Amino acid sequence: MKSAVITFPGSNCDRDMDVALKKFGFKNKMVWHQEVELPKSDLVVLPGGFSYGDYLRCGSMASKSKIMQSVINFANSGGMVMGICNGFQILVETGLVPGVLLRNKYLEFICKNVFVKIRDKNNAYFKNIKNNVLELHIAHNEGNYFCTNDQLKEIEDNAQIAINYCDNQGKIEKSFNPNGSIKNIAGIFNKEKNVLGMMPHPERMIEPSLSGEDGSLFFKNLINNIK
Amino acid sequence: MIVNEKIAIDHGLKKDEYKKICELLKRNPNITELGIFSAMWNEHCSYKSSRLHLKKLPTKGKQVIQGPGENAGVIDIGDNDAIVFKIESHNHPSFIEPYQGAATGVGGIMRDVFTMGARPIANLNSIHFGSSQHKKTKNLLRGVVHGIGGYGNCMGVPTIAGQTSFDSSYNGNILVNAMTLGLVKKDKIFYSKAAGLNKPVIYVGSKTGRDGIHGASMASASFDDKIEEKKPTVQVGDPFTEKLLLEACLELMAGDSIIAIQDMGAAGLTSSSIEMASKGNLGIEINLNKVPCREAKMTPYEIMLSESQERMLIVLENGKEEQAKKIFDKWNLDFAVIGKTTKSKKIELFFDNEKVADIPINTLVENSPMYDRKWKKAKLPKKNKINKDDINNLKIIEVLKKILTNPNICSKEWIWQQYDHTVMGDTIQKPGGDSGVVRVHGTNKAVAASVDSSAVYCWAHPLTGGKQVVCESFRNLISVGAKPIAITNCLNFGSPENEENMGEFVECVQGIGEASSYLKFPVVSGNVSFYNQTKDQGIKPTPSIGGVGLINDYTKMITMDFKEVDNVVLVIGKTEGHIDQSLFARVILNEKNGPPPEINLFNEKNNGETLLKLIDSNLIKSAHDISLGGIITAISKMCIKGNKGINLKKPKYLISEIEYFFAEDQGRYIVEISKKDQKKVLDILNKNAVHYDELGTINENVLFLNEKTKVTIDELEEFNTKWLKEYMSN
Repeated sequence: MKSAVITFPGSNCDRDMDVALKKFGFKNKMVWHQEVELPKSDLVVLPGGFSYGDYLRCGSMASKSKIMQSVINFANSGGMVMGICNGFQILVETGLVPGVLLRNKYLEFICKNVFVKIRDKNNAYFKNIKNNVLELHIAHNEGNYFCTNDQLKEIEDNAQIAINYCDNQGKIEKSFNPNGSIKNIAGIFNKEKNVLGMMPHPERMIEPSLSGEDGSLFFKNLINNIK
Repeated sequence: MIVNEKIAIDHGLKKDEYKKICELLKRNPNITELGIFSAMWNEHCSYKSSRLHLKKLPTKGKQVIQGPGENAGVIDIGDNDAIVFKIESHNHPSFIEPYQGAATGVGGIMRDVFTMGARPIANLNSIHFGSSQHKKTKNLLRGVVHGIGGYGNCMGVPTIAGQTSFDSSYNGNILVNAMTLGLVKKDKIFYSKAAGLNKPVIYVGSKTGRDGIHGASMASASFDDKIEEKKPTVQVGDPFTEKLLLEACLELMAGDSIIAIQDMGAAGLTSSSIEMASKGNLGIEINLNKVPCREAKMTPYEIMLSESQERMLIVLENGKEEQAKKIFDKWNLDFAVIGKTTKSKKIELFFDNEKVADIPINTLVENSPMYDRKWKKAKLPKKNKINKDDINNLKIIEVLKKILTNPNICSKEWIWQQYDHTVMGDTIQKPGGDSGVVRVHGTNKAVAASVDSSAVYCWAHPLTGGKQVVCESFRNLISVGAKPIAITNCLNFGSPENEENMGEFVECVQGIGEASSYLKFPVVSGNVSFYNQTKDQGIKPTPSIGGVGLINDYTKMITMDFKEVDNVVLVIGKTEGHIDQSLFARVILNEKNGPPPEINLFNEKNNGETLLKLIDSNLIKSAHDISLGGIITAISKMCIKGNKGINLKKPKYLISEIEYFFAEDQGRYIVEISKKDQKKVLDILNKNAVHYDELGTINENVLFLNEKTKVTIDELEEFNTKWLKEYMSN
């Protein structure tokens, strides 16, 4: 399986993602934001970081990068595109997934482990993961997901919510919401479920000696389910 | 502008110093030249009050590749890998403008590390605030934490450990010390020594603006009532540009075009150009019209003294300019050839086709002032006579709750959760442990780092305090299973012109030297920050020690959380019952006098090395060094982290329970071992003449004391975590 990780100026989880993808068997290529064409890939990843310093608005400048047109075309033709953290912020700026990401409710950067509940397994990203709850890691300042009531209804009707913040038993309650995001949303799909944006970093949880290894479940499943 | 003595004094120079400048130049300096002298001769850049004493520190060792004098120290960790590290203060700017002050402190220290060719792999910090009751403390704390996070998080470098304290002596002068570790191949280390004539001098990074002019001079003076006016001397950080600069520099460093490289830190273009020329015994010529400027009509004086951030100066091989420029273009950074190396041994500046400065380099460096300041030796305070009846009536658990809630002991999670501590995917011990630990990417090795200071001990007796901080750093590394290799120090003191403050400095340095020499734990880098005082009120002497150690096999790393019910808990090291200067004495007895705990370097080394042996033989399940708050505080933290309880029993010593559990004797650790290994462990301890006490066994979730008194671990955790969260949310 082939993957591509896009590096924008200010990306800083691009190497971590490269390490994780390779560990689970992807042949990964790093792609500079000023390239025009994507290499032939089965999966494109927009990594975490602070693209363009998060100046103006997180993800907004990166969403206009040269390479992004080809990423958008790839997504629109059914290709798998995953945005993690800053990558999720870039995805909402392109409109590939609905909604926006606001500053965290308590106006502070948060770095810690969280539990997320998998809401829908009818997609390549979560299909054969046995667990319903994963322990993942977040590290962000703007992860407070927000959308209009109409958008929310549409997202729910189409089962576009990918993961919600919850406790270790999968209970989705306000007290387990780290950043104030609407309905505890931690990640969402586009309608077709080939595009996933999420705040948690699975690439930081791929070995027992790190903060945990539930990220491994995610990547193992991913490589097995990409067509 | 005609320069006279008054203008020189306004620049922070003394009358004598101005006289000496005129003698060295054999004429009066012009304003640009005066600015350059004032920047190079201030305390921050010249170390004029400290040089004499710093020379006495041990700086060599088997694993030391580079000691003090470069941008950072370098140590050998085997397999052609080396660690570059340094700690630096940004105290004055952080008090004036906490966010930018702290942010640029972090940015500056990272630049020092990647200037040497190393990719930063971990950040640490030591931050000290005034009393929690003081009106400024809360905002300063919030601003500093946001600033450290804002810069480090954006750079994508994990912040893996730190230290925070509160003491009223910092009411008017907070301390912000930032430390960075970088990883480099031993044969790809870059230095600041220029070499060769007519080599192009290149300016890269951000444009130069009017920010931070006289920053280094500001950091070389005490505060008065008008500090707010000094805001414009604080630099403004742009971590995004620094991230680009990091990647661009490392890309250029992969080739062989760089002769020398130096970041523009304190005193900007002035000190960077002069240091490179001075080390290479060369001259340097700069055309200031070529310097990329952010603002119109900047004068030579402003260009030379600006402390705009995220800039580097490089001496390149001839003919490599185009190739280098391509890299900086790719990263959207300024690149300009601004001058060349010369044989004149002078710094010569040109602006609008006129020579605006012409100064022999040696007058700025070798001939800079050096003072043997008067200092007063501190006496060892008399021991307090503690009224046994007073303390024997205290209820231990109630005392413990008070101690766990104390701002200097309580959990600092509110702080470190705002720092990205997992980016780069190699953090195997996060903040909150004895040391932070990161793996050496792609290997089985890991590097541990800790930052420590004990201002109260240093204040009570500087010589003992100086030794203690080094020992504590040593213990914090050993507690995670790392072999201590070397330290960096950040020496934060009041005015060197005050005999008592100067005495504190001299004796702390002596203590640091004695301990690091005995423990073979040399000092490889550091910085001095004097004048941490407002009017005549100085801070408590606060040397911060950043220690670095190596774990050869990261799967052998130890954490402090208790692991398994029925395991046995030991105290390694002897408890004499030293209560003076302990947290217990200050918080419970309200007693501030008396000597700090004694340091026995033999025991310190022997206990530590024996514990390392036990760890290496896989006999230790968890470990934690005993520091503030004594045995029971250390035990409580291990219980909380592991969510386990303990059945505690005081050994049959002559001292009372309170003394046993709250004393702050040095050289001690708590360790957890399994029952089946007990005999083996005790044999090794006996064989090495290491004193130990058997404290009890681990249980599910309650701390029992002598089978009668008890408290649940949940309750202890609540006491430990509530203070800071509540304080910051009010």
